[in-house]
Amino acid sequence: MTDTTNGEVLLELDGITKQFPGVLANDRVDFDVKSGEVHTLLGENGAGKSTLMKILYGLYNADEGEIRLRGNPVTISSPSDAIEQGIGMIHQHFMLVPTLTVAENVALGLPSSKRMLMDLTPVRQRIRELSDTYGLAVDPDSYIWQLAVGERQRVEILKAIYRDVSLLILDEPTSVLTPAEVDDLFETLRQMTRGGRGLVFISHKLHEVMALSDRITVLRLGRVTGRTTPAETSREDLAHMMVGRQVKLAPTRTDSTVGEARLTVRGLNVIGDRGTPAVTDLDIEVRSGEVVGIAGVSGNGQRELAEALSGLRPVASGEVIINGTDTTNRSPKEIRRLSVSYIPEERMRDGTVAEFSVAENLILTDHDLPPISRRGFLDFNQIKQVGSALVKRFTVKTPTLETPTSSLSGGNIQKLIIARELSGDPELLIAAQPTRGVDIGAAEYIHSVLMGQRAQGTAILLISEDLDEVMGLADRIAVMFEGRIMGVLDRAEATISRLGLLMAGVEEPNDSE
Amino acid sequence: MSDFFTATVLLATLASGIRLATPFLLAALGETLGQKSGVLNLGVEGVMLLGAYGAYYATLRTDSVLIGIGVGVLVGAFMGVVYGVVTLALKAEQGISGIGIFIFGLGISDLLFQKQVGTPTPIDGLGHFSIPVLGDLPLIGEALFQQNVLVYVAFLLVPALWFVINRTTFGLNVKAVGETPEAADSLGVSVDRTRYITIIVGNAMAGLAGAALALELAIFQQNLTNGHGFIAIALVYFGAWRPSGVMAGALVFGLIQAMVLQWKTLGIVVGTTASIVGMFPAVLTILVLVVVSRGTGAPAALTRPFERGH
Repeated sequence: MTDTTNGEVLLELDGITKQFPGVLANDRVDFDVKSGEVHTLLGENGAGKSTLMKILYGLYNADEGEIRLRGNPVTISSPSDAIEQGIGMIHQHFMLVPTLTVAENVALGLPSSKRMLMDLTPVRQRIRELSDTYGLAVDPDSYIWQLAVGERQRVEILKAIYRDVSLLILDEPTSVLTPAEVDDLFETLRQMTRGGRGLVFISHKLHEVMALSDRITVLRLGRVTGRTTPAETSREDLAHMMVGRQVKLAPTRTDSTVGEARLTVRGLNVIGDRGTPAVTDLDIEVRSGEVVGIAGVSGNGQRELAEALSGLRPVASGEVIINGTDTTNRSPKEIRRLSVSYIPEERMRDGTVAEFSVAENLILTDHDLPPISRRGFLDFNQIKQVGSALVKRFTVKTPTLETPTSSLSGGNIQKLIIARELSGDPELLIAAQPTRGVDIGAAEYIHSVLMGQRAQGTAILLISEDLDEVMGLADRIAVMFEGRIMGVLDRAEATISRLGLLMAGVEEPNDSE
Repeated sequence: MSDFFTATVLLATLASGIRLATPFLLAALGETLGQKSGVLNLGVEGVMLLGAYGAYYATLRTDSVLIGIGVGVLVGAFMGVVYGVVTLALKAEQGISGIGIFIFGLGISDLLFQKQVGTPTPIDGLGHFSIPVLGDLPLIGEALFQQNVLVYVAFLLVPALWFVINRTTFGLNVKAVGETPEAADSLGVSVDRTRYITIIVGNAMAGLAGAALALELAIFQQNLTNGHGFIAIALVYFGAWRPSGVMAGALVFGLIQAMVLQWKTLGIVVGTTASIVGMFPAVLTILVLVVVSRGTGAPAALTRPFERGH
């Protein structure tokens, strides 16, 4: 590692501008990183954080502006240039080759000590040393596909440390980690800064930003809207800078009367895409007027559970009873006819037909029923009326009803889906990741709509990997790990640490005995 | 049938099976390299035809088999450059581009043959080369070690390709680019450069496969390869993207071909039966692909063009 005294300016981005067709992604952005600090880049999806860092890493070229490293202007036009300059990046999606080993992934792209021939012995040796120094336990000979998500994250960090980076960019590195893994990651990152490295932390999770940052720069719509430090600010202020107005971070809860069971699941087993069990012996009940949250790191069977309940995936064994009717292995249409609505987690793949217009997507679930269609013919006046009423009621921002859905923002597409799914006032709502990737404003709105439905007596099964969301909305929280429910906590007794343990698969001691 | 199960006939069948496996093996090894890096080339058949014609014509004009082989390889490499530009620089869909290469090769090789040669003129093909000591072994010596030089080259390329893929830094790049090109790119490995190399080398091997076929038969005619290239692609799946598996598949196909030929010669199968037995390799291909397609092992980025930042 190059000798640097803490506090020396490592990186300066000066007036970076990047124009994409129709979007000014970065508008004269200034940003700098000193050695030994964590400088956070905070902003919503689409604020331009990732674009800025991709410019720094050579994945995009800036239209205007200058990059200086230790005071010297540099041109970075490819990742190799960035690596050569001592810049490392940990991407939002893992950049690992699953069929190769840890050591091979680390060695990839580096010159070998035996020239053309691979020589992994020194690589393994160095990985072990770095693992010890930084507390990043991982076996160099494991294949990536054998590793859990938290371990894969450690490999990403090892790759960067192995390359002796002086500046490391972390793009939303915590999105797939349990709370305990986040704590470990932050400890490693602090250790890296003590060695004189500079870190750029990209995030939209406010409590993580407050916990880790030395300095914070906030971006909104491509522009810097605030520069501050955790000591001078609060989560509410940060949210204000991100969104541009006051935001309520915690949804307002109203009273609601809990009634009879709307969804009862007993001994449910579901097989995943790879033919292995995804949901195992799962029991759950959701009553009218309550929100039951399913927390857990994604990939622990939540998607398969939602698909099995909504009829999209076969149930291997067990039973699903909705409103007293056995719906096990019934078709999605039959299930929907029982006043069940479903907000799928993949809004572009499962929630909408991207090429269809807003109006067409709004009638997708009842286009074959009166009043939308009669004797097989669509009633376009009806469609227009229903469409414009829904767009208005759920504040979907769209130029016209004929606009292709794919050209709306993520938050507005999600509002469109919610408008469609809640228009029939369902008795049971299955909501999977309803606010993932949407901006804070839309999330705030979606939360208030869900709370409104709860007050009206809808039973809501909320599947979310966002702990703040589950803790804010749910009356009871079930934690899923490897296809099983590890425990169900009442709202009052659910703390991040208790949920975090369950999310990591640690059973709670049974204190009732 | 008893005529077939004599030592002489069985050994002769084995020898001819190994010889017939050679074009399959060369082409399939080349295709394996390309697919390992994430590029599917359905045009192998067309490249083989061009390589075969190039080798035939050069040998016809120069009377040098060596020059013929060289021209076959160069023609293949050139087609690799063409295919690389189409699929990497222009990012065309690989399946359709490959079919285009096939049709191009089929048409051009015949056109050139008609214009430049016209009537089929035999050439002096590849002579057999007996490996000292081994070639003199009783029984198997003749079958295994008295083959033409391209047979030895093809079978030596099996361990060579394994070594390149599994023991060199270039091989690591190839596997990474074929599985997760984004990851390779983010570590400074050039996805396009790696794929250009695998495509050009792979196509050169297809050209060599064509040369092996033409020089073995010592003749050229329209559609000389008659499906060899397509079976070679199937063999890559059959062999699960491993050189040794590909070799096993090529041998199975070569031996079946040799057996069918032998049966025809001996009169064991005649007329319609012979035609039906002749379909055997094609039926086997389909069966193998149905079984193998359920398995895994295909490079994850196979047929997917790479574009940075997407």
